Amino acid sequence: MALLEVRNLSVDYLTDDGTALHAVEDVSFSLEQARSLGLVGESGCGKTTTMLGMLRLLPAEGRIVSGEVRYRSLQNAHSPRLGGVPREVDLLRLSEREMRKYRWNRIAIVFQGAMNALNPVRRVGDQIAEPIMLHGAVDRTTASERVVELLELVGITPEMARQYPHQYSGGMRQRAMTAMALACSPDILIADEPTTALDVMIQAQILDLFQHLQEQLGLSIILVTHDLGVVAEICDDVLVMYGGRTAEYASVDTIYNEPLHPYTQRLMEAFPDIDSPALKTSLASIPGYPPPLDALPAGCRFEPRCYCKSDICAVESPPLLAVKPGHYVACHQVRD
Amino acid sequence: MEQFKEIWRTFRRRPMGIVGGLTLLSVVFVAIFAPWLAPYDPDEKIDVEPGDLLAPPDAGHLLGRDDAGKDVLSQLIYGARVSLTVGFVASFMSMFIGTTVGLVAGYYGGRIGNALMRLVDFLMVIPDLPLMLVIISLWGRGLWKIILVIGLLGWTYTARLVRSQVLSIKERQFILRARAIGAGSPRIIARHIFPQVLPIILAEAVLSISGAIIAESSLSFLGLGDPTLISWGMMLNFAFERAISRMAWWFLLPPGFAIIWVSLGLVLMGSTLEEIVNPRLKSHHLFDARRMVALVAGESANQRVNE
Repeated sequence: MALLEVRNLSVDYLTDDGTALHAVEDVSFSLEQARSLGLVGESGCGKTTTMLGMLRLLPAEGRIVSGEVRYRSLQNAHSPRLGGVPREVDLLRLSEREMRKYRWNRIAIVFQGAMNALNPVRRVGDQIAEPIMLHGAVDRTTASERVVELLELVGITPEMARQYPHQYSGGMRQRAMTAMALACSPDILIADEPTTALDVMIQAQILDLFQHLQEQLGLSIILVTHDLGVVAEICDDVLVMYGGRTAEYASVDTIYNEPLHPYTQRLMEAFPDIDSPALKTSLASIPGYPPPLDALPAGCRFEPRCYCKSDICAVESPPLLAVKPGHYVACHQVRD
Repeated sequence: MEQFKEIWRTFRRRPMGIVGGLTLLSVVFVAIFAPWLAPYDPDEKIDVEPGDLLAPPDAGHLLGRDDAGKDVLSQLIYGARVSLTVGFVASFMSMFIGTTVGLVAGYYGGRIGNALMRLVDFLMVIPDLPLMLVIISLWGRGLWKIILVIGLLGWTYTARLVRSQVLSIKERQFILRARAIGAGSPRIIARHIFPQVLPIILAEAVLSISGAIIAESSLSFLGLGDPTLISWGMMLNFAFERAISRMAWWFLLPPGFAIIWVSLGLVLMGSTLEEIVNPRLKSHHLFDARRMVALVAGESANQRVNE
């Protein structure tokens, strides 16, 4: 079995008047060790919600309606808090106390806009040491040695550990957060928009760092992004989300070379091709906006913006079907 | 600690705050060194001539004598001890309760938070002084009873203030990150939220000391003070009952001015601190022209040193 398997995860947000908005519906994917998955889609299509749901970190209005998040830890021997026994668990069925032992220790997450994820009034080094001491049951000296190691790994001089977040540049804060994410040697690193708001040079540095870590530590990465260039560079598999549902799920080569879902196709066309820029004189865009959660279309979520819809699309939601082994598409038009 | 250095850097450039701080320090100094500063023991039984009663100021008694022939200046000096004890202890109690209630109500919210805030509303609606009067007259007079009553009734505003801050802090991303590293709620409150509200509590504490001192003085003035101790309020009470008809202003005015002196100092200092740490009262940095100039001057000075 895979390291992590998410099956049919659905998340609702409850509004004040009690209506449930379906933010994520029926999303499934799996992640093998040392592989990486890209989660792509426009803003507001449920990428971050899926990740927060997996870790049960949803805001108070969020409800996990159904699904399983099966996780098989391989390296529990290194985690005293988990009793050193490898086992398979459904993260959604754990008690809150149990769940806390898995967070960061086995699955770490670097949030969107990670520069704001540091507490402004505490030293960066102390903040990186916090999860180490929390999960590793180690003393302060051991923890600060580890902090030095981690900072070197992400290319920050150890003296900077004594500085406060405001003394760091944006890119350094991002790297400090990555260092913190690696503090407990997790199996899985979730990186939510790790490169947004960073300049191209820093972006490249962060991405190199991820690839390097993956090779060196056997880390599995889930990359949430809308930057398809980043996905092509790092990911093995890609899950395209639209309106809270899976549109297409396949290997990165399949997604880039033979996308089947109209949304994926349009996304690809909306992206510049650096090798043959002359072939595309202007970039395509997808007219319209993703559906708002309180007015989701009755049928296919993409139907209002789709260029090859038929009558059934407006009525019935297309099921996610395997067109080939490992290539899943939810579209009425590609059924045959 | 960085945040306190930052606050101090701003604070020391505010004349109002510095004046307030020095005013408070003078009273603290008098209270600590009372036995050395006071020319007489205020409790000493002395033999008095009839002419000594309410004698006006002279060389031996700079502020004259009270209706029992005792030195007013010495009473005033020892009175500082009572006022400051009541002020500091009651304020610490209020801050402790208010902060705890505010943190819990703000962080957990829901039913617990609602219940706590309704209790706060309830206590806020009742006017403090009449309630204190009723409690003290039922319970009896005594220094610790007064401290307890003031401390237990004075925490409501702090609770609201802290709660409102917590509500905003807990939505910030580093709190989500703290949850993501597997930290439990008590840890998040203690390590990540409390340090953020601490400066605000500090400013509020300074203001609340003056509130407590005034409350104690009012109670004593109304005759509900600790009968075994001479506090400024008590002096006012005696003076008002026995000296005013004899035009003995030297007995009435000093305790009044002492109360004004210490509360003014605390309020000046407290509001300056509050202005620095309370985001709602903070003026935009661009409007504070003097500070920007000082900053630039400081920077170029640093550069010169580095070169």
